[in-house]
Amino acid sequence: MDLIGNAAAARQALVTMWTIRRFEEAVDDLFARGLMHGTMHLSIGQEAVPVGACLALSDGDYITSTHRGHGHCIAKGARLADMMAELLAKETGYCRGRGGSMHIADVATGNLGANGIVAGGVPIAAGAGLAVKMRGGSEVVVSFFGDGAVNEGAWHEGVNLAAIWDLPVVFVCENNHYGMSMSVSRAFRVKQLSERAAAYGIPGVTVDGNDPQAVHDAVTDAVARARAGEGPTLIEATTYRWKGHSKSDKNLYRTREEIEQWRERDPIARFEQRVAATLEDQEIQSCRDEARDAVRAAVRAAHAAPDASADSLTEAVYAR
Amino acid sequence: MTAVVEQTRTLTYAEAVREALAQAMTADERVFLLGEDVGTYGGAFGVTGDLVHRFGDERIRDTPISELGIVGAAVGAALAGMRPVVEIQFSDFTAQAMDQIVNQAAKIHFMLGGAATVPMVLRAPAGSGTGAAAQHSQSLEAWFAHVPGLKVVMPATPADAKALLLAAIADPNPVIVLEHKLLYKQSGPVPEAATPARLGEAAVRRRGTDLTIVATGVMVPRSLEAADELAADGIEASVVDPRSLKPLDGKSIVDDVTRTGRALLVQEAPKTAGFMAEIAATIGESPAFGHLRAPISRLCGLDVPIPYAPQLERAAVPQVADIVRAATDLVRRW
Ligand SMILES: Cc1ncc(C[n+]2csc(CCOP(=O)(O)OP(=O)(O)O)c2C)c(N)n1
Repeated sequence: MDLIGNAAAARQALVTMWTIRRFEEAVDDLFARGLMHGTMHLSIGQEAVPVGACLALSDGDYITSTHRGHGHCIAKGARLADMMAELLAKETGYCRGRGGSMHIADVATGNLGANGIVAGGVPIAAGAGLAVKMRGGSEVVVSFFGDGAVNEGAWHEGVNLAAIWDLPVVFVCENNHYGMSMSVSRAFRVKQLSERAAAYGIPGVTVDGNDPQAVHDAVTDAVARARAGEGPTLIEATTYRWKGHSKSDKNLYRTREEIEQWRERDPIARFEQRVAATLEDQEIQSCRDEARDAVRAAVRAAHAAPDASADSLTEAVYAR
Repeated sequence: MTAVVEQTRTLTYAEAVREALAQAMTADERVFLLGEDVGTYGGAFGVTGDLVHRFGDERIRDTPISELGIVGAAVGAALAGMRPVVEIQFSDFTAQAMDQIVNQAAKIHFMLGGAATVPMVLRAPAGSGTGAAAQHSQSLEAWFAHVPGLKVVMPATPADAKALLLAAIADPNPVIVLEHKLLYKQSGPVPEAATPARLGEAAVRRRGTDLTIVATGVMVPRSLEAADELAADGIEASVVDPRSLKPLDGKSIVDDVTRTGRALLVQEAPKTAGFMAEIAATIGESPAFGHLRAPISRLCGLDVPIPYAPQLERAAVPQVADIVRAATDLVRRW
């Protein structure tokens, strides 16, 4: 799909990127005002990856997500009010207050869950792909993870299983250059993380993760391969997180200049420039407004919802 | 008896851990740290702080995110003569490393007929209370205590955080140190000297006549707070902190229960198959049984994963008011 030249696609990509940005800014603000608890991992600066990737998926397709998973959840079509309600510990939240940010999921839209365990979703994605294959279905699974996950044992085992069984899985590495404080240059001896694909006998590509079109094209190709029964692909999308790792990060491991350089490559601002020939200024402004209004409405609705209740705490431990 | 005057200062629990690490590293060049973000970042909870500037990045070694590899590397380094101290960012992530902890570290000394030792330490923040939800909030001490070959300690005060860690580092066995993340910012007196605790020695933190509260981790300060409230209500509680779950100082617990005749066992971990079941059995199998005026009572976390929402999280584990209620009930009913 042409996200630049096709007005409807461009609009959708832009609105979704702005929605993720505004949602996370709202979360940041609620946190700062003491209205939100726990910790939060924001993906501000990385919006092009989930948006480009999820636009290559159909409704029945699955994703697995990470601790930095708000963007994936939104891009896959989750309701903002229910996400916000979850973060505000409300009964109407997606996990009824049990999961919070790190476990946000909307199973109805195929989001099998964010994950507090680095690489925890990778073998799960392989398993979902296995289920699809065993059922003879045509769905695919996109597994999102960070660069840090690529060194976990679970990552290697999950990717290998998907590879040897030709499972319909697309592994999308959001290489934002740091696993907490550890830079990729210290954590890897390969230049590009997509090189790891070779060890599993699957294709690996590296794309500009701040360009939704580049991500979209790579994922579209990988999805086609997966649907055709040709097995998994590893896509490395290079990007950057503007904010700290979580709420406790003092940013001692990187320089202000580096952060500035990446902010200049803001995926949203760049995309707006590129679609200037397709969308009028007024149209672009309406995309921004739409995202802002949607997030504001979600915060309002979430605030008005009842708090999650401890009375039913033991209910969901076992399925009945 | 000669009174030894110990120089103490007020440190936070996190600072006490850091001081123990620094003193152990200064005293013994075989001691080194490895873990995720322990260097420049200073540790996920700030525990390692500036150690990388004092000891360099060879000895304060940042690792990629690979818990199994980290613990395995520590096992190997320990076998080859070093004294590694591993930090796992949240105790929950020991699950990634469980094979190296359980099947390697814990068993090698035995399997080799005593021919080799694995003198390593694994430190990890445990427990709930930070809104970090189910995969970052567990109390897994019973997992480790169940495995022969491992030692397990749970410091509840800054002084113990230092003394128990020093003991763990000096010990020729793999020792799991479960630090409670809610305690890191608590402060208290800590001796300057690098004096290790003796593993397997409980601390009687308060002596009462009406019941014995046995508590671990963050339940120790909560039980002490509860004991103050109980005292205001005319109930005098002992508070015994085992400190070291394995080896366990059953005698101190049994002696105190023998005196008071009542035992309330408080843990944050879920009740079923938790460590307090072990303490209950220890009391039940001992002569203290004959002195019991009431059934042994357990106050534990619910058998649920830890939820995110603060109001749910509080409901999932014992709070001070719950301890007061359970203790009052035990004393008034029996
Ligand atoms: C198994 C495990 N180890 C450590 C952590 C702590 N932790 C959470 S996120 C993170 C960094 C992850 O880096 P990366 O995978 O690159 O994702 P990013 O945060 O950059 O999006 C770490 C170390 C964890 N959650 N799970």
